[in-house]
Amino acid sequence: MTSNSVEPVLRATGISKFFPGAIALDEVDINLHPGEVHALLGENGAGKSTLIKCLTGVYRRDGGSIFLAGEEINPRDTLHSQSLGIGTVYQEVNLLANLTVAENLFLGRQPTRFGLIDHKRMRRETDEILLGYGLEIDSSQLLSTYSVAVQQVVAIARAVELSGKVLILDEPTASLDRDEVNLLFAVIRELKARGLAIVFITHFLDQVFEISDRATIMRNGRVIETCRIADVTQTDVITMMLGRQLEAVTRERVHGTAGDVLVEFKGYGKRTVIEPFDLEIREGEVVGLAGLLGSGRTETSNLAFGAMAADQGEVRLRGEQVRIGNPREAIALKFALCPEDRKTDGIVGDLSVRENIILALQARSGWLRTLKRAQVQQLAEHYVRALDIRLASLDMPIRLLSGGNQQKVLLARWLATEPDFLILDEPTRGIDVGAHAEIISLIEELRKRGMALLVASSEMEELVAYSTRVVVLRERKQIGELHGAEITADNIVRAIAAEEEAA
Amino acid sequence: MIRSTNLPLFITLMTFVLAYALCASQYPAMLSGRVAANLLTDNAFLGITAVGMTFVILSGGIDLSVGSVIAFTGVFLAVVLRDTGIHPVTAFALVLLITIAFGAAMGSIIHYLEMPPFIVTLAGMFLARGAAYVLSTDSVPITHEFYDVLQGLYWKMPGGGRFRLIGAVMLLTFIVAMIVAHRTRFGKNVYALGGGAGTAQLMGVPMARTTIGIYAVSGGLAGLAGIVFSLYTSAGYSLATVGVELDAIAAVVIGGTLLTGGSGTIAGTFFGILIMGLIQTYIVFDGTLSSWWTKIVIGALLFAFIVLQKGLGWATTARTIPATRFAERS
Repeated sequence: MTSNSVEPVLRATGISKFFPGAIALDEVDINLHPGEVHALLGENGAGKSTLIKCLTGVYRRDGGSIFLAGEEINPRDTLHSQSLGIGTVYQEVNLLANLTVAENLFLGRQPTRFGLIDHKRMRRETDEILLGYGLEIDSSQLLSTYSVAVQQVVAIARAVELSGKVLILDEPTASLDRDEVNLLFAVIRELKARGLAIVFITHFLDQVFEISDRATIMRNGRVIETCRIADVTQTDVITMMLGRQLEAVTRERVHGTAGDVLVEFKGYGKRTVIEPFDLEIREGEVVGLAGLLGSGRTETSNLAFGAMAADQGEVRLRGEQVRIGNPREAIALKFALCPEDRKTDGIVGDLSVRENIILALQARSGWLRTLKRAQVQQLAEHYVRALDIRLASLDMPIRLLSGGNQQKVLLARWLATEPDFLILDEPTRGIDVGAHAEIISLIEELRKRGMALLVASSEMEELVAYSTRVVVLRERKQIGELHGAEITADNIVRAIAAEEEAA
Repeated sequence: MIRSTNLPLFITLMTFVLAYALCASQYPAMLSGRVAANLLTDNAFLGITAVGMTFVILSGGIDLSVGSVIAFTGVFLAVVLRDTGIHPVTAFALVLLITIAFGAAMGSIIHYLEMPPFIVTLAGMFLARGAAYVLSTDSVPITHEFYDVLQGLYWKMPGGGRFRLIGAVMLLTFIVAMIVAHRTRFGKNVYALGGGAGTAQLMGVPMARTTIGIYAVSGGLAGLAGIVFSLYTSAGYSLATVGVELDAIAAVVIGGTLLTGGSGTIAGTFFGILIMGLIQTYIVFDGTLSSWWTKIVIGALLFAFIVLQKGLGWATTARTIPATRFAERS
């Protein structure tokens, strides 16, 4: 089906895209054949989304050409690319929940009679189209009455109706459970049989191997490899995605003995978000959370901090059962969380560095008991010095700082509350190498002082550097744990990839 | 079973029926054709305004300028008919053109300058009111034989009431608006916009045309309401209809339209208007209550409906139909 004798329906060559100070795409080539499912793989920042955005006209590409069915095209925006034949369906369903299923499918091209919308015909045609996808629903109901999976299928149906040559699915399975994924895959196979070229973007490698014919693996804006799925193993793919030479880098590790168990999660989980897990963290211990994107790292951290409420399981703090329903309760228990996306979840851009540092502390002591000015100043100065935050003045807005320094301010904010249990989600995301090393040594420092830390990271080497234990996650499930000398980048990758060890 | 989409409309309808039954049990005279006719006639201008407001709110916007536009229209007509020899029909056409253009201009600013509708129409409110003052600060009577002809048009109701022309204009407006909202692409685009502007744009809804169209419709209907109001009062006064925009918003919300946009019906607004009119009528019948009780009851109703909408929102999100009805495919 994917033989190269077939003329590709979409051929893109030498696609380049530059952002100020960065090359997002570097001469990327990709060919899509009719009747194939083509997986596009890569970690965050590999350039997958940028490539899709260039193909669908969301971004103007800075170089290269796109041929659709042999003709060169220059999509101006998503609507234009849609009319040319390239449809896109995103993880968040881009349909209108307040309209009916039929209206969503036909918005903008409703069948009319005497200038008025012919509702009856519209519903009939909708039912016919959806039946082609194996979906039998009342199309005069609001879209919001149906589950995400059904909405996803309706979105796909709309994209196919409008475009019909290439269908791009951007993480369509991210919020679906297993049964729903099966249903979606049935639809994808159906479309494949109809001769559509389907691009499938996901972080779930199992799903890639289940449904895809070929895969293009990207890293740092380049195509690393385009291969037939049948010819490679998951380990090959992960190696290409992460780009590590998997030589065993065993480091001599001088981790002191861990203290008493501080926090203990038992059967803790939330339906459709993360499967129940057991996890205990001791004082003076750094537990690393490893796994590919979407494996449940962030979900685990958020759950542990109460940013998401668990719906099952229990938590014990020093042996006593506690409740963590929301971040306030967690803060009261001396928990702290540095979130993954500091721009949206962490810093308050226009407030000064000083205000950002005392935010959490102030929140804990309550708004009525304001901290004394001198005390605030002293705290801020202390952490700026301790963490070596480089800034012109404590009064400058935090958004003017570099990424690494912002991250340190965030850390300072939580350190100021003197937490017992510190959760860090991607503490080194988007910061430069120097700051990177400093954050790592800081984590080490905090551990020595007896703090319990839970650190989620996508960087294997980094996890190896500071973790006393590494918990490996895959498809929202804990699948393994590595101790002491076992902790190497090589072993982590192997654990992520290994299916047999999942049990 | 009543669908969740129609539930707010149903509740509004039941509220109206219940309220009417309650009133009628106390004052049987309220069941008469006269009361029904007056209900339509007295609320004609407000009803027409509320139709325009329904479109605006359905799209997720707000139009604060309508009260001022009604006053402007009245003063404009009065001054033009007093000072020039223009026939009222020509004046009507002229004033409708002006108000439609005014609404379209506000819509353009909202769309192209990406300004919040609240601020833009607030500016429009001051502008229109100011323009009315410039034309005349006094109440200008309208004495034209054509006005007498129009005011003399009525249908006898069973039971002795007179169903006047302006009531018919309101009913016609509601019927046309229902067709536009539910049976045309423009109408569906209005709902799409209210459901989420970003998504609507991705789905190919012509944003500029729809946004400008919505405010043009609202402006034009405010103009029409102004004409109806001038027929009702036979005068134009720049201080008239202050706060009517808020009455219109209240009617729309009581009619079951979501203030955040995307959900609601024109028919609901109709019953919203009737409910508000009914309260007023009841107070007139009672005779001892202060007319401010109207405001109090409307306020209480508004609160009730807002809470209700919130409740319905929870109820519908809690209950989604899972994907179990997929046919098996190989």
